Amino acid sequence: MASASSACTPYELYSKESGKSYGNQPLSICDESFTPLEVRYDLQAARPLFTRKNIEAGPLNMWRYRSLLPIPEGFEPDLPVGLTPLVRAKNLGKRVGSQSLYVKNDAVCFPTLSFKDRVVAVALANARAFGFETVGCSSTGNLANSVAAQSARLGLKACILVPADLEPAKILNTLVYGARLVRIDGNYDHVNRLCSLIADQYHWGFVNVNLRPYYAEGSKSVGFEIAEQLGWRLPDNVVVPMAGGSLIRKIKKAFDELIYLGLVENKHVRFFGAQATGCSPIAQAVKNNTETITPQRPNTIARSLAIGNPADGPFASRMIRETGGWAEDVSDVEVVSGIQELAETEGIFTETAGGVTTAVTARLLSQGRIKADETTVLCITGNGLKTTDCISNRFELGRAVRPRLTDFEEYLNELDGAVQEPELALAEGD
Amino acid sequence: MSIRVMLPAAFARHTAGTKQVQSEAANLPALVEDLGTKFPELGTHMKDADGTLRKFINVYVNDEDIRFLGGDSYEFQDKDEVMFIPSIAGGCELA
Repeated sequence: MASASSACTPYELYSKESGKSYGNQPLSICDESFTPLEVRYDLQAARPLFTRKNIEAGPLNMWRYRSLLPIPEGFEPDLPVGLTPLVRAKNLGKRVGSQSLYVKNDAVCFPTLSFKDRVVAVALANARAFGFETVGCSSTGNLANSVAAQSARLGLKACILVPADLEPAKILNTLVYGARLVRIDGNYDHVNRLCSLIADQYHWGFVNVNLRPYYAEGSKSVGFEIAEQLGWRLPDNVVVPMAGGSLIRKIKKAFDELIYLGLVENKHVRFFGAQATGCSPIAQAVKNNTETITPQRPNTIARSLAIGNPADGPFASRMIRETGGWAEDVSDVEVVSGIQELAETEGIFTETAGGVTTAVTARLLSQGRIKADETTVLCITGNGLKTTDCISNRFELGRAVRPRLTDFEEYLNELDGAVQEPELALAEGD
Repeated sequence: MSIRVMLPAAFARHTAGTKQVQSEAANLPALVEDLGTKFPELGTHMKDADGTLRKFINVYVNDEDIRFLGGDSYEFQDKDEVMFIPSIAGGCELA
């Protein structure tokens, strides 16, 4: 018999638009209204299961929240995904003008160093239950890495489609797991469209196509963790990078569920979206106070956010405005500065998407949209080791120094531009 | 002038399984009408209350989003391949 922490709340796919229920199957579109399907839980049944006590007694990973994730009965997850650090960012806060700033650091998510590990873990649990032998995805990189790694672990075949110009590190980080990688001569939107056609033709489980409703629910774990790590409190503000616009909505959903089930006090949290100017369709919609997304042709170094026609964009835009939040977009130069700023102040090396989020947070504080004394959580979703190409020209290696103390001291003087006495501690070999 | 129209699996329920049709429609609004004539049930489902194509349905012409080509005002060219693809988003309303 399942323990309380591993028991599942009944869930099913349904269409809010048509009201039609679909049970559980690999499907993402309602055939009546052609609108996206959603996972609906029996939240009353969740009440005795999804409690602080049960969660705190659970494993030290995202599966501690499994009773409110769509995990098929009998599936025992064995990868310790999620429960990434929530770190107080005092130094960055000082730099950008916040007294209560936190970084949710999914740059160290297991196993492939991005928040995509969460959504893939949930999607593949369902892929297996549906009997798929081959899984796949359309990806801007992080998702490709995660599907490749986790499918290898589960013994599933993987076929992954990416835009041809993807960063080399993200391609290597997919191939190494033995996945089949297909580079498509086009941008992410082209890749995604092709995947829709393939999913129609082949019996494959595409995590972000026919498994999409389940996949997207995995993002809720970011929200659950933020609340628990703040001591079962909600922050005042959350700043989230936006590609398709799903993550920001799922963090909101997680907070709403926590409030509904009484795990946290009701609190109005404002949601802020971050995009790169070179691909900012959701930020533009928010600024124009509309839910209509005007698609863009992406042109930014933040390739993991380069989705010109974001599927969740209309919902994300509406939700951000409803919470009293805002969305901003920053230039590629600011993205790189954001990466460096986070690294130099907090010792966290994030990828371009994190540079976007950091730079947007700084701007929101300077605009006064986020106040200095409010508790703000900045969501870092990926690791800088995957996008080193964008900053590699910012640093000089310097010349090689002979292994002699005199040469070392000369070199330090060169760097400092002045002759200085060596520190006593250094001279003593401390 | 004839265009080739490709319909996704989600539409097939309303087209008795047909996934490709030819059309002589001059533009998108005319094509939506034409599909409604050919497949009345599909016509009902693919339109919003105001009679326009539902906003969750994306339309591509030869690999390009029709919105980049002028949207409703784009004049179809002979042998254009037109695809309808529902937008795949994750829902998130609290049940």
